[in-house]
Amino acid sequence: MITLVVNGKQQRVDAVPDLPLLWAIREDLRLTGTKYGCGMALCGACTVHLDGSPIRSCVTPISAAAGKKVTTIEGLSAQGTHPVQRAWVELDVPQCGFCQSGQIMSAAALLAQKATPTDADIDTAMAGNICRCGTYQRIRAAIHRAAALKKGGAR
Amino acid sequence: MSAVLGRRALLKGGVALGAGLTVGFRLFPRGRGATHAQTPGVFTPNQWLSIDRDGLVTITNSVPEMGQGSMTTTTIIIADELDADWKKIRVNQAPADPKRYANPITGSQSYGGSRGVRDHMEMWRKSAAAARQMLKQAAADEWGVPVDSVDTEPGVVVHRATGRKLAYGQLVDRAQALPVPQSPKLKTPDQFRYIGKNLHRLDSPEKATGRGIYGMDVQVPGMLVASIERPPVVSGGKVQSFDATAAKAIRGVKHVVQVTNGIAVVADRFPTAVAGRRALKVTWDLGPVAQVSSAQISSEYAKLSGQPGQVARKDGDVEKAMAAGGRTVEAAYEVPFLEHACMEPMNATAQVTPDGCVVWAPTQNPGSSQTTAARITGLPPEKVTVNTTLLGGGFGRRGETDFIVDAVETAKAVGAPVKLMWTREDDIQHGFYRPATYNVFRAALDAGGMPTAWWHRIVGPGILAQKGRMSGNTTVDPAAVAGARDLPYDIPNLQVEWLNKDFGVPVGYWRSVGSSQNAFITESFVDELAHAAGKDPFEYRRALLAKSPRHRAVLELAARRAGWGSAPPKGRGRGIAVAFSYGSYAAHVIEASVAADGAVRVHRVVCAIDCGIAVNPDQVKAQMEGGAVYGLTAALYGQITLDHGAVQQSNFHNYPMMRINEMPVVETYILDSGEAPGGLGEPGVPPVAPALCNALFALTGKRIRTLPIRTEELRKA
Repeated sequence: MITLVVNGKQQRVDAVPDLPLLWAIREDLRLTGTKYGCGMALCGACTVHLDGSPIRSCVTPISAAAGKKVTTIEGLSAQGTHPVQRAWVELDVPQCGFCQSGQIMSAAALLAQKATPTDADIDTAMAGNICRCGTYQRIRAAIHRAAALKKGGAR
Repeated sequence: MSAVLGRRALLKGGVALGAGLTVGFRLFPRGRGATHAQTPGVFTPNQWLSIDRDGLVTITNSVPEMGQGSMTTTTIIIADELDADWKKIRVNQAPADPKRYANPITGSQSYGGSRGVRDHMEMWRKSAAAARQMLKQAAADEWGVPVDSVDTEPGVVVHRATGRKLAYGQLVDRAQALPVPQSPKLKTPDQFRYIGKNLHRLDSPEKATGRGIYGMDVQVPGMLVASIERPPVVSGGKVQSFDATAAKAIRGVKHVVQVTNGIAVVADRFPTAVAGRRALKVTWDLGPVAQVSSAQISSEYAKLSGQPGQVARKDGDVEKAMAAGGRTVEAAYEVPFLEHACMEPMNATAQVTPDGCVVWAPTQNPGSSQTTAARITGLPPEKVTVNTTLLGGGFGRRGETDFIVDAVETAKAVGAPVKLMWTREDDIQHGFYRPATYNVFRAALDAGGMPTAWWHRIVGPGILAQKGRMSGNTTVDPAAVAGARDLPYDIPNLQVEWLNKDFGVPVGYWRSVGSSQNAFITESFVDELAHAAGKDPFEYRRALLAKSPRHRAVLELAARRAGWGSAPPKGRGRGIAVAFSYGSYAAHVIEASVAADGAVRVHRVVCAIDCGIAVNPDQVKAQMEGGAVYGLTAALYGQITLDHGAVQQSNFHNYPMMRINEMPVVETYILDSGEAPGGLGEPGVPPVAPALCNALFALTGKRIRTLPIRTEELRKA
């Protein structure tokens, strides 16, 4: 039994310590916003925050998350009003949308670190997240927009 | 507004559509063929829409939402003709029920070929127009005024003379009692309220919050999770024997069962099922495909290209024109197998009981999912409920039903609901690949450099041929020659042949299908002719498109917007290409550069698109942006190779995808031709690879005739 703190809630997961965090989130806690895409930290669909840093939950054992704060897309904001989420909706970034939870978690972590990221910052922070629908141009624009929203006093 | 296919609706195993919606497109008098009682207080003129007493409009979208925006586009079309209030609309995804929801052109509930808008628009408009006419009549009756004295505004009927208004919700009961008009009057384009405007996608909020339910996210009470150990070969492999002792010893593994596509390990969670797979000892009968490797495919294709193929098109007399002398140009082009790589690996969930079967699946093919499940379970199709979830990408891959077979067989075998999931490795190694082909060209040019003869022979498998779906006595697979047979250039002597060579590698529909590779091949070769003639590639094409005005118009628009004719920014080359596919015309100009090590950088993609009518222009742009990335990924990286029948690629490290740091600027210009609607999911792909390779030729003088682009060949000496 391992205790995790996910989206501010203490959760107990009955699993082996090397179970990838992704599956504890999806199958035990039923938080299905975080996706499986590759299982090898190659696509970023499984990105969550561990103590605020973006990690690939598909290769992170739950033992490594014990006692730390895990944030998933469901916990990024209560009402879907994080500036990154607002910008995503405003610019209609998603197409199929399957990768977007991971994209948004990576983008939110970037903005937490850097209030005004440049295109180069975005490339570095977001290159680990594949989007097969090809929404990259809108992701870039939406991150700039989210930065502006955040500065405008958004929650 | 709710556009969410909620989990609860999914789990009900059906569609809570208020029932009684059997009135079809033919707009039968209500009741004919009805199998359910009408719901009181709900106006249900047909299967596409209903309105309740609160004025909430429920629209049923039959086209799976795979990213192309069908949920929104369908709604725009129906809401516009209905004059619905955009804020009082809910969308449901249609179940498998071909009698009600089939595509009126294909007659099936299989969705590919960029057919969402172009095949359904007229039907949806008529269905909504009939409803609007009934609401107007209901209001006119209520007021005792002639129907032509009333009009509609979003969600209300207005009496013009007095300004009196009745909301649609207030007219539900009266409208429900009226006959359904057979030939309702449609709006004229100047009356459109939503069509042609940039409306937000209805699914953006759920996709920005993780709430959207994809196939992988389905939860059914008592559900187990399964994964199938598949043969090492891409097709034809069979289980000879297996030992599941070690797999069954793993805590959490519940069942191990043999199914058509391998050995299913059924467990309490996905990683356990995968661990169970690894513990299996399977002896495989690998079958004949184990003899097949990529090098052999290439060399046999090349050898066969000397033999005549089936004639797909013959204008004039190519042989005679070639014999007449003048300059000839020859070339050979080759393209590899490609996998779709949907972000969501294949999966489906099924529950089989003696009385029925329920399938939850991210499928482009609810119709065949239903008949497939019926065949496996022995149930009649109407006892099989298919719930289409959101699709994490489709691109043609999800028109197949192999993953439905997996889920239904496994669920049937274990007697519990099963979510059957593929790993990424399964997905890449057991796909339905875009066909690898080999192409030979010969052309003759006149004294002015213009082509007098064009001869093109394609060697490779045919998708329809392999699937046994060639119609009648057709000898040429239309999917194999799409984009080649319909070459738009005005060349008096033209012959296109196809030689069917199938090594047994499963082939399938890959975003834009034949046009995806044939546009690369033909648009590169016509570029070769332009350069051989010493002419500008844009002007050369333009001159040959005199009889193809829509091709020419997008070509001209792309060229103008890209600044064709001016010098490209320093260090960059510019290339152009044009193609028709799936009812739309697209032209691209691409600017690219090459680093000293040969690495290609794409800077700018200018796209001109004529899709007839642009229902949601911002989403037209989104599809062009996505098509550019899909086409560039294929050109730069895409390659599936075989070694002894096994696919050598397995995950994104060796089957790479374009990433954000490689993303060019994509500019899209929509040409409003006022023609009938064309497709959009696919037409943005075909011109991309040739425009890029033509740009690289302009820059380096090196002609790329084999994809993917080999950067070592572009390296500066």
